[in-house]
Amino acid sequence: MPIQVLMPALSPTMTEGNLAKWHKKEGDTVKAGDILAEIETDKATMEFEAVDEGTLGRILVPEGTKGVPVNQPIAVILGEGESAGDIGKAAAKPPAAPSTVKLPAAPPARSATTESPAAKPMTPAPALAAAPAPRPAPAPVSRPTTPLPPRGAFARRVFVSPLARRLAEKSNIDLSRLAGSGPHGRIVKADVEAAMTRGPAASAEPTYPKAKIVAEAGNIPFTEVPHTNMRRVIAKRMTESMSHVPHFFLTVDCDIDALLKVRADLADTKSLKLSVNDFVIRAAALALKQYPAANASFSDEAILRWSQVDVAVAVAIEDGLITPIVKNADQKSVAAISAEMKDLGLRARAGKLKLTEFQGGTFSISNLGMFGIREFTAVINPPQACILAVGVGEKRAVVKHDQIAVATVMSCTLACDHRVLDGAMGSQWLQIFKKLIEEPAALLV
Amino acid sequence: MADTSFDVVVIGGGPGGYVAAIRAAQLGMKTAVVEREHLGGICLNWGCIPTKALLRCSEINHLLHHLDQFGFSAKEISFDIAKLVERSRKVAAQLSSGVGYLLKKNKVTVFDGSATLAGKGKVKVTGKTAADLTAKHIIIASGARARSLPGLEPDGKLVWTYKEAMIPKDMPKSLLVIGSGAIGIEFASFYRNLGAEVTVVEVLDRILPVEDEEISAFARKSFEKQGMKIYTSATVKSLAKGANDVTATVESQGKSFEVKADRVVLAVGIVGNVENLGLEGTKVKVEKTHIVVDQWLATGEPGVYAIGDVVGPPWLAHKAMHEGVICVEHIAGLKTAHPLNVQNVPGCTYCMPQVASVGLTEKAAKAAGREVRVGHFPYIGNGKAIALGEPEGMVKTVFDAKTGELLGAHMIGAEVTELIQGYAIARTLESTEQELIETIFPHPTLSEMMHEAVLEAYKRAIHI
Repeated sequence: MPIQVLMPALSPTMTEGNLAKWHKKEGDTVKAGDILAEIETDKATMEFEAVDEGTLGRILVPEGTKGVPVNQPIAVILGEGESAGDIGKAAAKPPAAPSTVKLPAAPPARSATTESPAAKPMTPAPALAAAPAPRPAPAPVSRPTTPLPPRGAFARRVFVSPLARRLAEKSNIDLSRLAGSGPHGRIVKADVEAAMTRGPAASAEPTYPKAKIVAEAGNIPFTEVPHTNMRRVIAKRMTESMSHVPHFFLTVDCDIDALLKVRADLADTKSLKLSVNDFVIRAAALALKQYPAANASFSDEAILRWSQVDVAVAVAIEDGLITPIVKNADQKSVAAISAEMKDLGLRARAGKLKLTEFQGGTFSISNLGMFGIREFTAVINPPQACILAVGVGEKRAVVKHDQIAVATVMSCTLACDHRVLDGAMGSQWLQIFKKLIEEPAALLV
Repeated sequence: MADTSFDVVVIGGGPGGYVAAIRAAQLGMKTAVVEREHLGGICLNWGCIPTKALLRCSEINHLLHHLDQFGFSAKEISFDIAKLVERSRKVAAQLSSGVGYLLKKNKVTVFDGSATLAGKGKVKVTGKTAADLTAKHIIIASGARARSLPGLEPDGKLVWTYKEAMIPKDMPKSLLVIGSGAIGIEFASFYRNLGAEVTVVEVLDRILPVEDEEISAFARKSFEKQGMKIYTSATVKSLAKGANDVTATVESQGKSFEVKADRVVLAVGIVGNVENLGLEGTKVKVEKTHIVVDQWLATGEPGVYAIGDVVGPPWLAHKAMHEGVICVEHIAGLKTAHPLNVQNVPGCTYCMPQVASVGLTEKAAKAAGREVRVGHFPYIGNGKAIALGEPEGMVKTVFDAKTGELLGAHMIGAEVTELIQGYAIARTLESTEQELIETIFPHPTLSEMMHEAVLEAYKRAIHI
């Protein structure tokens, strides 16, 4: 029987997507692994790969169609010996799932962030934009070509006893927030009962009903900006971070005159247009390499020190932000980092990043210098243990050799997860970082 | 001279002790067991196993006297009590040597002798073997023994404890059983099915008092139909011994009367073996003859643990074994160890009909403030039971009406002791009625009644 190809759910929050491009025409032979189409989501464009073999019998959704609901049939693949006349059989059949899948609110990010660090091999957990999804809708017959993170990163199966599940349902307790004490971490009755005694405030997420907020604001007029999926993910993950990750902040001032000179020299001699942030990424990566305690994540069992340095850099995009990753940044030159960031930034703003390009990361950098922000504190992006908030490089009066002098100074504030790092440890990392920034020769090696 | 330094020394080679020792050895700990009498302890030598061998004989006797039901006939059916006892002892001996083999296979050193604590991390062995052992962890698994009441002391000849009751030299014509817990009822059932006149006296208002009330009532009716005399809310005031019989004065509801029997079996509970262990001067706390332990079986004294009958009820071999495993796994730091949930310990009584249960009785569930849904299914509605000629019995389930939690299951009838594990698994897995309803029970089996009793609690029973 002909096989229906359904609109895939390519990201946890995806409820619909745009069919950007068909890579196959009707009548083309399709082999498993062939790229069928490009699908655009709210965050990225992904290639969509066939898992079934046959002939592309009919394209049901033409390219350029926007807002195609997940699980809507988008094409029909004919098996051996089947012809276009058989398509009706497939098309007439109701889709395997409702064509519009209303996804329940994604469970809080914790489920992804707690699971990933424990997973072996030690691959960093998905970054900011990667929120876990509810159980995936019935599997589409194709899959994206980009190697997805382990399924668990999206849709963690919650291991829970039937009784615990029922108790949780009755008491409105979010199972994804509970740690299981049963065999293999299974959530058992006692865990739910413990959550119940902790009270609804602790177990259920606080809610912010519109009516309540409007009333609290004094019923003044307002306009509504509907939540995008990205906004929901940011809200969830940042709340999660500030609620559960004990943050502390350390600030250092870096004299960047030497760095600016190197940068100017490179522009003159090699026509390299490097940004200060490119140097910051490189310095942070080298500091992480030298001081691996900061390149780590907290897990229940142990602190996990990552064996590679993947620096996520916050990039503001329309109605949100995304954190593309410079992987193995410690092994890349400033120029390479610069080129990569340019490409990532462009594609981030165009919504063309692949999942793997913004999921993960072992450390984050947020730079608001371009807005003239002198210094600020940033919210840690779990399960990472640190985020570096970089302020503007500006001329300030400083004391040098007991004389007031003018220097270009950039204040950097490191937010640390106190479960992973103590004050002295964060400070040591900052010392290394500051030295690298102020004596930039080492950055060029 | 044998090695005397161990990671774990277990005092007592009963079911709790030898299982703890084997588990410890499996986990790579150097382990020894000190046993003063028989490996396998009371359970294997003077309890569970030899009594099951005897009860099998009494069942056969019962069957032989009901052969006509199945179309057989036999004449001059007889038995030799000495041969029954001999078989029972052989079974015990075979299994005891089996335990010795298992310990050897797991490289557990066995010391024949009595053990006492002799200072921090030290155990002194005296008796057949003398040795001074050092141990990082000491597990007391010294067990328990029959309780005797003032005026009702056993003499081993006319007034028996369980021990004499399972090695009778002659078949008593009549027997008085004092106490109707599992031990008393099993002996009552054994002797009744071999033809003795049996009287049971129970101080509480029903027999098998730990079981569900309906099961107690059902059992009483069955036993009385078999010809047993049962007095509840009754106490034996005194025993007057004759040459070869005993006259007991029984008081019940203000009335006093006499019961004459060839022999008396005392089954009025047990007391922990806490003496001569060198507990004095340690931080090991003893309350009402039982050692006080925490959820990991640790006593107040660091490095000293206690498991099984000596730490208290339920006095069941499988509970002792499980505690042994929990204790050792906790010592080894295994994350997978979980404390015992006593509600998940099944209890079995091998009388005829058999009784088995797990979890809360209906009354206890209600007393705990649970709103309950109760299901019943009778043996008479089950094809296999009828085919076996065992139409007597029932299965009862108790669910939490709000959550569907299986709070308890209670069974009486043929082979229920082999069936109860199904409900025990359901409880351990925290099943609700839904999973039990969706489980496919094979037909035709007695186990189908377990399904039906769940369905009945939800008004969905098919065969009733």
